[in-house]
Amino acid sequence: MLARTVRVRLRAPLGRLREFASKADPWAKAWGSSADGGQGQEAERASPRTRSTPAAPQEGGRVSAELIEHLQRLALVDFGSREAVARLEKAIAFADRLHAVDTDGVEPMASVLEDRCVYLRADNVGEGSCAEEVLQNSRHIVEEYFVAPPGNIPLPKLGKQDPFSHS
Amino acid sequence: MTSRGLDQQSQGQVRSFGVPVSARPTVSLPVSAPCRWGGCAAPANRVPGSLPRSEIRPIETLGVEALADGPRWLRPCNAGADVDLSAHQSPGPGVDRLNTSIMLGRTLREVSAALKHGQITPTELCQKCLSLIKKTKFLNAYITVSEEVALKQAEESEKRYKQGQSLGDLDGIPVAVKDNFSTSGIETTCASNMLKGYIPPYNATVVQKLLDQGALLMGKTNLDEFAMGSGSTDGVFGAVKNPWSYSKQHREKRPLKPCGDGDGDEDSSWLIAGGSSGGSAAAVAALTCFAALGSDTGGSTRNPAAHCGLVGFKPSYGLVSRHGLIPLVNSMDVPGILTRCVDDTAIVLGILAGHDPKDSTTVQDPVKPFVLPNLTDVSKLCIGIPKEYLVPELSGEVRSLWSQAADLFESQGAKVIEVSLPHTLYSIVCYHVLCTSEVASNMARFDGLQYGHRSAISVSTEAMYAATRREGFNDVVRGRILSGNFFLLKENYENYFIKAQKVRRLIVNDFLNVFNSGVDVLLTPTTLSEAVPYAEFIKEDNRTRSAQDDIFTQAVNMAGLPAVSIPVALSKQGLPVGLQLIGRAFCDQQLLTIAKWFEKQVQFPIIQLQEFMDDYSSVLDNQKLTSVSLQQ
Repeated sequence: MLARTVRVRLRAPLGRLREFASKADPWAKAWGSSADGGQGQEAERASPRTRSTPAAPQEGGRVSAELIEHLQRLALVDFGSREAVARLEKAIAFADRLHAVDTDGVEPMASVLEDRCVYLRADNVGEGSCAEEVLQNSRHIVEEYFVAPPGNIPLPKLGKQDPFSHS
Repeated sequence: MTSRGLDQQSQGQVRSFGVPVSARPTVSLPVSAPCRWGGCAAPANRVPGSLPRSEIRPIETLGVEALADGPRWLRPCNAGADVDLSAHQSPGPGVDRLNTSIMLGRTLREVSAALKHGQITPTELCQKCLSLIKKTKFLNAYITVSEEVALKQAEESEKRYKQGQSLGDLDGIPVAVKDNFSTSGIETTCASNMLKGYIPPYNATVVQKLLDQGALLMGKTNLDEFAMGSGSTDGVFGAVKNPWSYSKQHREKRPLKPCGDGDGDEDSSWLIAGGSSGGSAAAVAALTCFAALGSDTGGSTRNPAAHCGLVGFKPSYGLVSRHGLIPLVNSMDVPGILTRCVDDTAIVLGILAGHDPKDSTTVQDPVKPFVLPNLTDVSKLCIGIPKEYLVPELSGEVRSLWSQAADLFESQGAKVIEVSLPHTLYSIVCYHVLCTSEVASNMARFDGLQYGHRSAISVSTEAMYAATRREGFNDVVRGRILSGNFFLLKENYENYFIKAQKVRRLIVNDFLNVFNSGVDVLLTPTTLSEAVPYAEFIKEDNRTRSAQDDIFTQAVNMAGLPAVSIPVALSKQGLPVGLQLIGRAFCDQQLLTIAKWFEKQVQFPIIQLQEFMDDYSSVLDNQKLTSVSLQQ
């Protein structure tokens, strides 16, 4: 509820407020504190695919801590609060209504233009050579390169005292 | 299927939507009873503040000789006739030019004619609009006002007019663009921290088309963050206020507050503009521009149009290019058009529609600009009323208006039948799954590396991405990304995402079946009710609100059909209510033709904002004239 009250009262500086609030959460702390990015957590170096996939939500629609972590890692977006997890549960419950529809023999539809022959242009260079324009919006470039922090370092695992998981 | 199927017990009686005719609520609305059309008798139910036709003075007050055969709206219309303002050259000195304030309330076509005849210059018009934008800043409709750009464009437009080489109907016309369309050199934020400070190096195709026609870009309008929402309340630049909150029509009707204390009170009960293109709608409704671009993924153009008393048009998917529109749901997004009348929409659509090699989802059928014919005979039309759209949450007033609109079509000779879209109940659920799934995919591009916000955390790439996305996105966007990722998980893919795609096909088939059975257009409500106060709106979260408010609009996006929201009447609270017409795929012109006929029948009043804007006093002296503006 606090998050909602804050939102109502402080609309304009909310972005900044959220930044401060999120810096306090253990997930952010884990990143902020790990200077070398790995901290010897060998188990975490395995790619997510080799770990056992988390179970789908249980019958009651509650989302497990494992699922939360998995989603956060996949989406690279964190839940941020208990309310967000509750909202996901409601979203899942809402989506579950679809199972009442009989779709036997129905093909999935990806696009309403599926019956049309849409335009595909020839694989020839038509435009480009605009490196400056492409680079101009990046915060960190060196010559004609985008600069990224070191890669291939998995995110640290969530601590056991994660306040946003459901026990 | 009977031709009067809605209420089988009342054969021969006026349609009652399940409610006995005698028990139908009476609402005082200015929808003319059809039998009074043609005479000058004032309709029985008229909202104070909008004028009965008998009191509308003829055009001679503009400085024109009275037209011999009476006021223009009673004369039979010539299909495709241009507005001829050349007759407006009045003899007296000092009355040569029309008052620029009046211009703001006119239609695009009238202003375009005035520009061509030198009665107003693009620079004057631009300055007037800019000054009005400043006066209406409290509405928070604009994120960026591109003053210098607009004035420069106005100057160039003026040169063209002087040389008699105008580019077309849009030359010199102020327009606004929703802030999720890329505009070269002008900040494009999508109302999000993620793109604050982002300046695209290119124009979206639709923006380029408008600029090529000489339109003046007034600015970028406010929206819900990344176009996710139905109230324009969730952007980082704050919520958009509905201009009708401050209209005379609403203020007269608003119930007295229990403990008023003057100024502070006035501003606390303002209404939402609808979303997510609320800024565009507010900009057009407050007369700061003549047309605005919105985007429509689940109703984002039609919803604010209904709340702000505008024509909100969603073209067929594939008709208008999405190149440069920052994508939300690739299979459902379309650019939308917001204007004050249907003819203006047709002008803009004629320019925007057409194949774009940069957008493979645009169809290659040739498209040309068109003028809408003036339909006089609707007897060959078949209007469908989907019975599943009669939901319990629909407000009594909207229901009544829907019913009256159906009666109107029928009384003018159209065939009005009840139809069924059996999967309507699941449509919003299906939309929810598909939307969040595509959003999860589309939002993956925001990682801080190439553009947009970048977090200071640089421990690892993933950590930087995660921190950037946490800092850049608000709860709504993050919630949708996470939901989408859930539905796309390997173990859920078949049960949720594929299932939703199958249900989508069923919904599309529902529409196809209805249109194949001879129905030309469907008539439905656009929103559940009139605009609600902001304080009410925020009591529920964004996802719940969207699920409620998009109920009539999102099925159309899933099927890729064209749809338009037409403002019909003012409610008991003096607020606009709109109804939606849905057409067959790629029959946008036919849909707009019917919409134009309907608009002419309902005579929606113009907004009265004189309390807040002194310029409006001169508009109001000639308010009778501005009512004519909807009459082309």
